[in-house]
Amino acid sequence: MALELELVSPFEIAKDLVLAVQEYTLLAARSISNFFRRPLYMGDMLQQADLIGVGSLPIVVLTGVSIGALLALNSASTLQRFGGITLIGQLVSIGMVTELGPLITGLMVAGRNASGMASELGSMIVTEQIDAMRALGTDPSKKLVTPRVAATSFMLFFLTIISDLLGLVGGNLVASLLFGLDSRQYWTSAWQILIFRDVFMGLVKPVLFGFIISTVGCYYGMSTRGGTQGVGRSTTQAVVASSVLILIVDFFVTKLIFALFGVR
Amino acid sequence: MAAPIVPSQQPTTQQADPSTDAVVFENVSIAFEEKVVLDGVSFRLPAGETKALFGVAGSGKSTILKMALGLLRPDSGRIFVLGEEATSLTEEQLFGIRRRVGIVFQESALFDSLNVRDNVAFRLMEEHISGEKIEQRVLESLRFVELEHTVDRLPSELSGGMRRRVAIARAIITQPEVILYDSPTGGLDPVTSNTIVELIVKQRDVYHTSALMVTHRLQDAFTMATHCFDKTTNKMVPLPKGQHSEVPMSFLLLRDGKVIFDGDARELVNSRDPYIREYIS
Repeated sequence: MALELELVSPFEIAKDLVLAVQEYTLLAARSISNFFRRPLYMGDMLQQADLIGVGSLPIVVLTGVSIGALLALNSASTLQRFGGITLIGQLVSIGMVTELGPLITGLMVAGRNASGMASELGSMIVTEQIDAMRALGTDPSKKLVTPRVAATSFMLFFLTIISDLLGLVGGNLVASLLFGLDSRQYWTSAWQILIFRDVFMGLVKPVLFGFIISTVGCYYGMSTRGGTQGVGRSTTQAVVASSVLILIVDFFVTKLIFALFGVR
Repeated sequence: MAAPIVPSQQPTTQQADPSTDAVVFENVSIAFEEKVVLDGVSFRLPAGETKALFGVAGSGKSTILKMALGLLRPDSGRIFVLGEEATSLTEEQLFGIRRRVGIVFQESALFDSLNVRDNVAFRLMEEHISGEKIEQRVLESLRFVELEHTVDRLPSELSGGMRRRVAIARAIITQPEVILYDSPTGGLDPVTSNTIVELIVKQRDVYHTSALMVTHRLQDAFTMATHCFDKTTNKMVPLPKGQHSEVPMSFLLLRDGKVIFDGDARELVNSRDPYIREYIS
């Protein structure tokens, strides 16, 4: 059987890319503007907050403790060489609060929920349920997208705080059980090293990551084409795109906040 | 004497009055990825009439329904629904029209995470009607399609025919002025198909709702053209010969994106167009 390869011109690829960016931007902008237009689906927001927030709790707890413990374990061997084992608390605290807490929680929630949103909305598209919703006089952007965006941004903020705290607990366990560091000393140093900039950075990032996860998940779901195969494709693309976007945005947000606070 | 033949590719909207007709298409064209699906389609659906849309697969029948609801926008031409020009409205403004129009999708398109009650009540819940009234109207609607006993079931627990009937109940719960049926009997056994046809006839004759019905089954449309609903016996009964023209029922046939026939059952069977003769044979 002859294999037919279809050549697509770079111009077409660029055009599709620009169109995708435009459609994503419109969906993201509408998801925000819907907050100022009635009706607001509070019930759906609460339901999504439960699904996204409470549902993600086990995985966030597990990764938070693990990352904190691993951070302490890996840094302790280096710090021991310089006699600075007492600095473990500071290192875990800065690492978890400014970077690893928001990033790992964001990536975990992206893996779990961006895929869930893309597959749920994608299935609704291919079975004409979205068309049915529009036909019944309901705006799917208000009913389906905005509640997911609100719930993810809101819940990721709190999930990150939980992850940060559990990361510090994991670090404390390693520091005290394996390296014999006093817990009071650990928590004091972990607390004292944090300044407003670190906490601010650690709390701004999850809101942005939540927005990225939900809008990317919804965008891929709502633009699903091609039956069940299309749903699978959208699900994969949603996880990949949201994870990559989180990493890129993380870098620029860190840089921006450093610049805002006068750090080079 | 044979009935006059409707000439091919001639729009029949000379007497179209968008302010009184339920649906009017004026020279509507649409293409998907350079494939022309509808090319200058014009027709009118007078209030209270049911029009059956025929054509081979891919001839644009379902596209017509989606455009009538504003779910798809034509590339050119104008569409009037219940006196309003749907083609000039924004998505937000279209929600107003959609609340006055019901639709039954080809695969029912029931919300699979909601039970039958919530599916049928969806529109009423969006309008924040009281729970007691919603329950009453849901049961009325389900009684119309004889499925009151399924209120707590999920769509996945229903047969294809039952899902189609729930979709009809969802479409009629607000007593819309126009109902769009997309292959309501497609893929169903003859007995279930007949039940669905009876429901459509009941909706037409009892509530005088205007309807566009896409179908591949000529026999369903002919049944609708030759029967009426008897309220006393609560059954569809055949009309005596000679009274068929009194039924508000018409036929529209599409070919290569154009309307090749728009008329009643008598005109259709008397058509001398070779394609139409082959199609109805």
